[in-house]
Amino acid sequence: MRNRLRSFRSPSLCTPGFLLTLIILLIGVSISFAQDEPVVVDTTSAVPDSVLAERVPLPPTNIRVADRLNDAGGSIVITWDMSPDDRVEGKVQEYMVMRAEIVGGQPGEFVEVGDATPGATEYSDGNTKDGIEYLYKVVAVNNYLENNTVIWKELAESGLSDPIKSSAQWFNSSRLSPFIGILLLGFFIIYFINQAKSGKKLFIRKIAGMEAVDEAVGRATEMGKKIYYVPGLSDMDNVQTIAAMSILGRVAELAAEYETYLDVPVCRSMVMVTAREMVKEAYSKVGRPDSYSNEQVHYLTDDQFGYAAAIDGMVVREEPATIFYMGTFYAESLILAETGNSIGAIQIAGTAMPSQLPFFVAACDYTLIGEELFAASAYLSKAPKELGSLKGQDMGKAVILVALILGMLLETFNIWQFSKLFAVQ
Amino acid sequence: MRREIPLLITGIVGFGFVVQYFVPHYPFSEMSNWFADWFSIVQACAIVLGGLNLMKVSFKKVMDKKDDWGYAVVVILSFVVVLGIGFTGGEEFRVPGTPFDWLYNYIYIPLSATMFSILAFYVASASYRAFRARNFEATLLLVAAFFVMLGRVPVGEVISGFMPVGYRLGDLASWTMNFPQAAGQRAIMIGIGLGIVSTSLRIILGIERSHIGGGE
Repeated sequence: MRNRLRSFRSPSLCTPGFLLTLIILLIGVSISFAQDEPVVVDTTSAVPDSVLAERVPLPPTNIRVADRLNDAGGSIVITWDMSPDDRVEGKVQEYMVMRAEIVGGQPGEFVEVGDATPGATEYSDGNTKDGIEYLYKVVAVNNYLENNTVIWKELAESGLSDPIKSSAQWFNSSRLSPFIGILLLGFFIIYFINQAKSGKKLFIRKIAGMEAVDEAVGRATEMGKKIYYVPGLSDMDNVQTIAAMSILGRVAELAAEYETYLDVPVCRSMVMVTAREMVKEAYSKVGRPDSYSNEQVHYLTDDQFGYAAAIDGMVVREEPATIFYMGTFYAESLILAETGNSIGAIQIAGTAMPSQLPFFVAACDYTLIGEELFAASAYLSKAPKELGSLKGQDMGKAVILVALILGMLLETFNIWQFSKLFAVQ
Repeated sequence: MRREIPLLITGIVGFGFVVQYFVPHYPFSEMSNWFADWFSIVQACAIVLGGLNLMKVSFKKVMDKKDDWGYAVVVILSFVVVLGIGFTGGEEFRVPGTPFDWLYNYIYIPLSATMFSILAFYVASASYRAFRARNFEATLLLVAAFFVMLGRVPVGEVISGFMPVGYRLGDLASWTMNFPQAAGQRAIMIGIGLGIVSTSLRIILGIERSHIGGGE
């Protein structure tokens, strides 16, 4: 024994200096821990039953569980009725949601999966594995803190939920109305394409901006100046840019026919590659492949205002006779259009950005407003199939118009809550 | 085959995208993320093409001594300097205080802000043209704009302060924006929505082919 004691005391670590340092370190560590996480001091054992009864809240009841609908799985929604003690200055500080896996018909250990604030009656557990059965319970927590230290903490557990499994769905039922809308629009488009193919004449209203394309290209030819085609800021993943590329094809055909130089400054590399193909193809189509050069379609910069500055500079220096702005535009729309206007160029714009439309309307000679941008390619091609699709689109508009009027009347008289049919999540 | 393969790819991918909007189940739930990743990768590679093209066009302009070739020199110099400083800065190029950060804060941001601020002057000149009362519609626009602008500034509230609440210039401006303006905007939005669906269907079904050069 003496030997043992001697051997214990023998290291120099047991000097008073070392012990003092150790105590200071321990205090420091405990303080730093105290700043991050509350320290729980269990005093319940020393508390009389009457005091304990004052502290312990009534548990939440009626635990319901359901697989979250219209999701990719991995999520269960737990709802409960609040504890009667969950009120202002009540005894509930938070709810803990506990979960246990059922293995071999027996529930495993309950672990906390999340918490909810007082007043909450729902929690979404987004960390479940599909196909595994779970049980849930909700625990009302009452605790008392002093200087970020939990002095006491009382828990009141609810009963167990029914067993539940999460699963993924194959159809998002909240998106039924757009699904029906797309089917209906698809039907109209295919129906009118067939009508057009069978030789039936379809009336398509005139789009002033598109009617002016010939005039605009012709003007540039007469003046012996360039045509600029600006395809906007977006990349090829934006349908407005795709529509702009389609119109570019038609404009390039006309420019090639009239032997007028077409300049296409772009701000996305992929748009540059696509635009080159479009312009090259258009030149070949009208039998002038030699007139095309890759320099006609050139990259400037990806930066919004850098792009605007570069085009403004080119416009002021080269004074093109005609400028097309087709695609997605933001704040630079007016900077571009006003510069073009200042040199007296004929300008045709088209965008589906509602906030930029007033700027183009004010500064350009013609503006394709929203849907006209998407209709322009079909309008210019005059191909029956494409015109048929335009007619189908118009029918879709007619259906929406009828729905709007009907909905306005029904909502005004509070019948059926019509607008709920169109709600999409 | 030059047209059929792109059309087939467009059709399959486009149809897949439509399906993923309605089907939350795997693999459709992840499709959007996969395609976004692929697009980013292709885009990142394509930026090299853009940069090379810019240099090629600028160099050619300088070599041929075309009109205003001096601007091309500025483009080349700016490109080389920014690219060089960016590369030599390594992974730390975004850290405050580095030369690249200095270029960004003291050259790029002021230049962009200058371009953006020009907009204020262009708004004035465009408004002047738009608000000239040449016909009934333009006069209506002028009157509406007059009340909206006046209702949005403090002096509007002062002028109409004697009127009952709900009938002041600010209220008139809000009513104009919330009802006639919002109704017009929504009509345009519905048209845009239908146009997008219709164009997408035309592309997916291969009816619209002009983006791949047209033809049957």
